[in-house]
Amino acid sequence: MEIGQGEFVTVLGPNGAGKTTLLKTLALVIKPSQGKVYLDGKDAKDAEITLRQKMGMISHNTFLYDSLSAYENLTFYGKLYQVPDLPKRIDEVLKEVGLQYVLHDPVRTFSRGMQQRLSIARAILHDPAILFFDEPYTGLDQHAIDILNGVLARLASHNRTIFMVTHNYEQGLELSHRVLILNKGRIVYETKTDGLNPSQFKALYRQHVGGMSS
Amino acid sequence: MIFRQAWHIFWKDLLMEWRSKQTISSMLIFAIMVVVVFAFAFQPTRELTKAVFPGMVWVAFVFSGILGLNRAFVSEKQQDCLMGLIMAPLDRSSIYFGKVLGTVFLMGFIELVALPLFFIFFDYRVQGSLLLLVLVIFLGTLGFATVGTFLAALAANARSSELLLPLILFPILVPVLIASVKATGIVLTGGEIKELMSWIRVLGVYDLIFMIVPFLLFEYVLEV
Repeated sequence: MEIGQGEFVTVLGPNGAGKTTLLKTLALVIKPSQGKVYLDGKDAKDAEITLRQKMGMISHNTFLYDSLSAYENLTFYGKLYQVPDLPKRIDEVLKEVGLQYVLHDPVRTFSRGMQQRLSIARAILHDPAILFFDEPYTGLDQHAIDILNGVLARLASHNRTIFMVTHNYEQGLELSHRVLILNKGRIVYETKTDGLNPSQFKALYRQHVGGMSS
Repeated sequence: MIFRQAWHIFWKDLLMEWRSKQTISSMLIFAIMVVVVFAFAFQPTRELTKAVFPGMVWVAFVFSGILGLNRAFVSEKQQDCLMGLIMAPLDRSSIYFGKVLGTVFLMGFIELVALPLFFIFFDYRVQGSLLLLVLVIFLGTLGFATVGTFLAALAANARSSELLLPLILFPILVPVLIASVKATGIVLTGGEIKELMSWIRVLGVYDLIFMIVPFLLFEYVLEV
C-alpha cells in the first residue's frame, strides 16, 4: 500500500478487519509483525522519534486530561513536541477550532463536540504533515460532525496527508480521495472517490465484505 | 533530552494531582492511620516495639506508595492519553522516568509527614546520623518507585490492575524491603557503619538495575 503526499485516504471495513491495527502500525505505535513501514522513503524503524514529530492523531478518545484546561493540555503537548513560540501557536490552533474563548476552562466542562475540536487542535499543534483519524465521528452530534468535516476539509486543502479509519462510509466518501476496504486483515478493494456515490459504494462494499458497516 | 521530557510529564502529573488531590489524600490518610493503629497496638516503651519500629515505618511507606502507584497510569488510561504520549516524539523511557519522579515526589511528601508522626507517637529518638537516615529512605523509596512504576505500566492494561499490581510487585520488592528495613534499623539505633554500608550497597545496586532494565524494556511494556 502506498499513500502519496497530500492524499486523503479512508479505510472502511467490518469490526475486527484490522483497520485500527493498520492505522497504529502506520502511526508507528505498534511494530509490524511482517513487512515494513516507509515514511518519506525511509525505513520508519530507523528514525521513529523524528518521524513521530511529523504525525498527529485524532481518535474517538481525545488524549486530553480532564482536570487540565485547554491551554494546559496544549502547553503540555506543545512541550513534548517542542513547538516553537508555543503561546502564539496555541492561540492560532484554538482560533482554528473556535475554542479561543474557553482556553482556561477545564476540559471536563466541555461538551463531546468541544473536546473533539480541542483534540484536533492538539493534533495539529505541531503542524504535522501526516494526520491519522481513528473513528473520529464516534459520539458526535450532527453539529459537531459538521464542524469536524469543516476542519478536515481545511486540513486536506493544506496539502496534509490524511489517513482515516471509520465506519461512517458517507463521511469517508465525501472527504477522501481514495477509499480502501479492509476485511480479515487484507485490502480487498480500493477505489478513487471521484464520481462515486454512496449507493454505488454500498453495493461495492456488500460485494466485498458481505454487509454494510454502518 | 529524556529527562527534560520526563520533567514535562512529571510536572503535568503534579498539576493534575494539585487539582484533584485524590492520590495524595488517600496516601496520607492511609499513612496516618497506620501510625495511629500501630501506636495503639504496641507499647512505645517496650524494647520489642523499638525492634519492630523500622518495619512499621516501611509498612506505612510501602502500602501508601502502592496507592500512588495504582494511580500513576490510571490517569493516562482515561481518554487513552497514554496513546498521546506514545505518539509523541520522545524516547518512551522518558514516560517511565516522569512517572518514577512523580511516585518519588508523592512518597517523599508522605514520608515527610509520617516519619515525624512515628517519632512523636513512639517517643523515638534517632541515635544515628539523620543524613544517613534520609539517604536510606531515599534509596528505598527510589527502589520501590523504579520497580513499582515499571510493573504498574505492565499491569495498567490488565482488567483488574489494582489487584494485580501488589501480587506481582511484592515478590520483586522483597530485596529492597529487607535492605530498607535493615538499613533503617541500623541508622535509628546507631549501629555499625560497615553493616549499614553493605545494605546501602544492596539498595544502590537494586535501584541501578531497575533504572536500566525499564530503560531497555519500557517500549515493549507500552506495546503490550
